[in-house]
Amino acid sequence: MAETTYLEAIRQALFEEMHRDQTVFCLGQDIGHFGGAFKVTRGLLETFGPSRVIDMPIAESAIVGVAIGAALRGLRPVAEMQFADFVTGGFSQLVNNAATFHYRLGVSVPMVVRLPSGGGVGGGPFHSRNPEAWFTHAPGLKVVAPATPRDARRLLKAAIRDPDPVIFLEQKYLYRRLKEDLEQELEDADYADYADGAEGSGFEERGDDAVRASRTRARAEGEEEDSDLLAFGRARVARRGEHVSIVTYANGVGLSLDAAHVLGQEGIQVEVLDLRTLVPWDYEAVLKTVAKTGRLLVVQEATRTTGFASEVCAVVAELGFENLDAPIRRVTAPDTPTPSEQGLEAFVRPNCDRIVEALRWLLAY
Amino acid sequence: MVLSRRLEMRIVELYRQGVVTGGCYTGIGNEATSVGTALVLEGGDVLVPTHRDMGSHLVRGHTPLEIMRQYLKRATSQTGGRDTGLHLGREGSNIVGMISHLAHMMPVAVGVALAERMQDRRSVVLTTVGDGATSLGDFHESLNFAAVSKAPVVFVIVNNQYAYSTPTTLQFASKKLSDRATGYGMVGHTVDGTDVFEVLCATEEAVARARAGDGPTLLECVTMRMRGHSEHDDFKYVPAELIERWSAWDPVERLSAYLGEQGLLTPGARTQIEQAVAEEIEDAVHTAQAEPLPAPQSAVKDVFRRWDDRATVPDIETYEARRIRHG
Repeated sequence: MAETTYLEAIRQALFEEMHRDQTVFCLGQDIGHFGGAFKVTRGLLETFGPSRVIDMPIAESAIVGVAIGAALRGLRPVAEMQFADFVTGGFSQLVNNAATFHYRLGVSVPMVVRLPSGGGVGGGPFHSRNPEAWFTHAPGLKVVAPATPRDARRLLKAAIRDPDPVIFLEQKYLYRRLKEDLEQELEDADYADYADGAEGSGFEERGDDAVRASRTRARAEGEEEDSDLLAFGRARVARRGEHVSIVTYANGVGLSLDAAHVLGQEGIQVEVLDLRTLVPWDYEAVLKTVAKTGRLLVVQEATRTTGFASEVCAVVAELGFENLDAPIRRVTAPDTPTPSEQGLEAFVRPNCDRIVEALRWLLAY
Repeated sequence: MVLSRRLEMRIVELYRQGVVTGGCYTGIGNEATSVGTALVLEGGDVLVPTHRDMGSHLVRGHTPLEIMRQYLKRATSQTGGRDTGLHLGREGSNIVGMISHLAHMMPVAVGVALAERMQDRRSVVLTTVGDGATSLGDFHESLNFAAVSKAPVVFVIVNNQYAYSTPTTLQFASKKLSDRATGYGMVGHTVDGTDVFEVLCATEEAVARARAGDGPTLLECVTMRMRGHSEHDDFKYVPAELIERWSAWDPVERLSAYLGEQGLLTPGARTQIEQAVAEEIEDAVHTAQAEPLPAPQSAVKDVFRRWDDRATVPDIETYEARRIRHG
């Protein structure tokens, strides 16, 4: 069985979309001849040529601004920031310019900005950032954060075809560590969308209807139906369980599954929900898992205060209060820049042990 | 140019009456540059103007009625009351709707130009900023990349002497802003921005260069902002003698005088133009004022092109009601 890495899955999506649609093009620093700092774009230049794989000067605001301009004139740019940390240079272009066009003028801005995010590689304060909350707080941007090769490929393809600006957070820690056979049919229990699952007492108008509605809309907009795409806003149950729930995304998913495995050996069933996308996010799936287990842990690699986990906690406190049997807990990084030295970084990054500890606390409450 | 001037003066009047709210920025003193640059463009070319480019908007086909709807924030306006002033430019039009961060529109203009070229269209993009925007990083990033990629762009700087209250002497040490072009490897010119003919000639040359594939041009048009940054601004930081000096170079009157000397515009004809313009403006004001304001609930629509409303997290009342309905 051929296994595909998280990185290869992203490259596959780029190749497939550029082959499929002449309007898709890539721009960024060192993405052409060099193939990108992480080699995600290796081979694109040779296949598609310099007019569709544009090596840019070190100028993030220009990269994002040029992408906006191209998107306004019928193209679908995919911009790469070399590291998520450097998106600060293009931040204003994203939150003020790209994010407001549709609201102000009804103008669609179909563009993707890829951000190699997260720590765990000794990158230090300027090569380890998890910037999702900057963008989830900027109305007008969609935010995607896949945790698996399969999701990375399908979500990037969906992002490229989406008519709105999408921030695509890819986890550099997972680039070469995570492999998956993309051809393999998966067990429903492993890869079910919660909305489609048989469990829970939730809202029946979602699920299949939502999928059908989005496909009808896609057809109306002249897009071909494609099972290779993953609709935004649909969490996945990464592991089913009865006793306690973890809601997480991106790097948090692997850590949470490890923790669930540890407790599983003791007969404790932990449910792990992978949000996949943060704008929109599947609050209904979160409420369903909370209704089922009554205990919630939210895990994110990003720093604590006003992180995306805070929003999950707030919504569960507002809408799921009556189903909680214990206070909501979070495992996050503390409010510090990311330090470089291995021991220091390990000290601030969420890990399996901390998740296990928090789960035990929740179960004992 | 007369229409631009009178329309803006009418908007100022409405601002003073409290009918136009928020910021009220005008291009009074800037008409020769705004009209002159836009006149050179062909139908498929793209304009990325500023909030002081009333003239450009009128040349490119926005009507006084569309503009009044926008200033009066009517439901019928392009932005439906969501955005202010000259932030206009619908999908499919060849005007890109600006944001207040003026320098941010420069890389966007370069992106538009590259997209046009990638799709084998021979369009030229003309983008305008003020002297103030030349201090920002986006100015540098876009000029540099436009030159490297030989993008078909004309960068116009309207040097109107002040960035809000800050005079050019506190903004830059360059003798002329167009001197900077040399550093980027592009052509740069400085012209009298109150003389519509000088502006026309220089823009024609720059547009031709861009269309021929010979790259961008930096064109500095020197003018004077004859009013405050916005109409709330008392403008006291500008020396009276400076205003007096520039008044002699009023672009509308300069053109009118020239046409008079050439026997192309009689005093009677000028009066007729003024009357026609005044009528058009009053019609626009009355029509727009009679139109509805946006429904308050429309404030939460259209953030995205594609959005399933069910993905929006509801408040608890809505959530409970829905839960009861669905069991």
